[in-house]
Amino acid sequence: MIKLNNIVATYTTTRGQVNAVDGVSLEIPKGIILGIAGESGCGKSTLMKVIYGDIGYPLALSSGGVDYGFTDAKGRPVTSATIREQWFRRISYIPQSSMSSMNPVVRIREQFVDFQGSGLNKAKVLDEVRAYVKQLDLPPEVIDAYPHQLSGGMRQRVMVAMATFFQPELILADEPTTALDVVVQKGILLLLMELQERMKNTIIFVSHDMGVHYQITHKMLIMYAAKAVEYGDSEAIFRAPLHPYTRMLIRSLPTIGDTQTREGVAGRPPSLWENLQGCRFAARCPLATELCRTREPAFVEHRPGQFAACHYAGEQPATSEQPVASEAAV
Amino acid sequence: MTTIIKAEGLHKRYRLGSLLRKVSINALDNVNLAVESDEPVIVSVVGESGSGKTTLAKVILRLVDPSAGRAVVYDTVVAGEGKKADPAAFLRTVQPIFQNPFEAFSNYRTVDSYLSDTARRVSRLEGAEATQAIDEALAAVGLKYQDVKGKYPNQFSGGELQRVSIARALIPRPSIIIADEPVSMIDASLRMNIVNLFLRLKQEYRTSFLYITHDLATAYYISDYIAVMYRGSIVEFGRARQVLARPQHPYTQLLLDSIPSTTQKWERRSFVASDIETKEFQLTGCKFANRCPLAQEICSQQRPEPRRQEDGRDVYCHFV
Repeated sequence: MIKLNNIVATYTTTRGQVNAVDGVSLEIPKGIILGIAGESGCGKSTLMKVIYGDIGYPLALSSGGVDYGFTDAKGRPVTSATIREQWFRRISYIPQSSMSSMNPVVRIREQFVDFQGSGLNKAKVLDEVRAYVKQLDLPPEVIDAYPHQLSGGMRQRVMVAMATFFQPELILADEPTTALDVVVQKGILLLLMELQERMKNTIIFVSHDMGVHYQITHKMLIMYAAKAVEYGDSEAIFRAPLHPYTRMLIRSLPTIGDTQTREGVAGRPPSLWENLQGCRFAARCPLATELCRTREPAFVEHRPGQFAACHYAGEQPATSEQPVASEAAV
Repeated sequence: MTTIIKAEGLHKRYRLGSLLRKVSINALDNVNLAVESDEPVIVSVVGESGSGKTTLAKVILRLVDPSAGRAVVYDTVVAGEGKKADPAAFLRTVQPIFQNPFEAFSNYRTVDSYLSDTARRVSRLEGAEATQAIDEALAAVGLKYQDVKGKYPNQFSGGELQRVSIARALIPRPSIIIADEPVSMIDASLRMNIVNLFLRLKQEYRTSFLYITHDLATAYYISDYIAVMYRGSIVEFGRARQVLARPQHPYTQLLLDSIPSTTQKWERRSFVASDIETKEFQLTGCKFANRCPLAQEICSQQRPEPRRQEDGRDVYCHFV
């Protein structure tokens, strides 16, 4: 079990301080794929940085921390303070842009050996790398190439290979397929699912594409304006979302074969610089009442295993047949 | 009937590499399509990166010259052999919207200066007339002049700024707007607001759209016609709903099969996508032959001719 305890992550800027993640608590069971969804600026990437332990100016962890549920070599539980020591071996990261994450002037095999640390038998490690790369259906020559010689999809497969080579307990993937074409994306997602089933590790996967979440995740976290608004089994969330925002996210997408009118979510998220009161989604919510605008809803379990932060969780909007959004408000 | 948009044997060849080792890429390789109608239409061009869809848009927008062939928009030749060279008249007929509104507007200029420039230079309007045209265009996208006056691009969200760029394109009341991936930079939750706006403009302003996208779901949602492109060639072209509901070309089928839908889970077989892009651009036969489950010998030797189907669509495959 990975525990996020009331995480508050703060950016310091010339304008002052702003909380990009504002009090997120979560218990993530081991051996699942957790999806995190939300609009740009909702804090999903910042939360990933906190979990990865990639914290440094201007980002700071102002409160809370992560219990990773595993111990280090000396038997001490790993927490936010010590997670950096576990990079690549116990926790790894697949970024969105593989091109800017690899060294363009160093062959891929050198980059593979690089994080091994010095003093190890390079030739032996390289043999293992070759064998592993082959398992992932990659041609073994790819590790002799420079990053720019590979296509985007191939590079992203190499990133997946690097991130999974040590079979880490926890893999973080921040929009790893957003820049790729759908056909290539499907190949990489299927590969990730297969590796996760084989290694039984935990993957936390950020994407803004609800279709991707439906295809690969076991559980989902929906974030809105630095807060967690819904968390639960993906099946349940897609079948019966509790939070109106989740419902609108799922409904806003057209599907092929379905000609009914779709509306986006009207309005935009509140600025985190403002003094926010009540539910942060209230201004865009079709269900919002005076209660929502004045009192912040608690993030509680409404159905077994399904959490939401909404005073009216699970209630259908009265105007469910009517388009709820007005176009002019983007 | 008006020829809304037509491509006749369009070719565009880019040369890459050094002096000694030249490689040429056929970004457009004999592209033919024609849409005739008396009503405004939305034509989608879909495909992966490297399919040539953006090059097609650039040729129609006169941003690049085709190597051969020609393009017709609203009965006027706009590119290639016999094009009419009148930039102002062209811009009154054809207007662009680009992918990233933050790159389309300079950070050092107010966005309303772009609107008044378009009103003055393209529509030849001055003073009160110009202001009125700008007001109308902004109202059509759900904005007011006060909302944009004196503001710089960084004071808008992506969705709002894309609305401003649509308003700018509307000022000359163009017959057709070429929109190159207009919603791919916009959050999924706001995307449909822009897409619905296109539908409304088609009805109220009678504007046609050439909608270039890799998102098949929104293409299905708004378009009347759809062209599926692969490595510089069209593989299937026809009525959007028919093509996407019952794809005939194996590539269209693969594309549809790869969309992560929220209703049906993928079948779990792993496959490796092609990694021989540059070679595929140069193939003489069907460019999809290397990846196609149906491929026979003829596919790698002979470029398939379009086969007209009963429902009027063209499918470029030897085995439909």
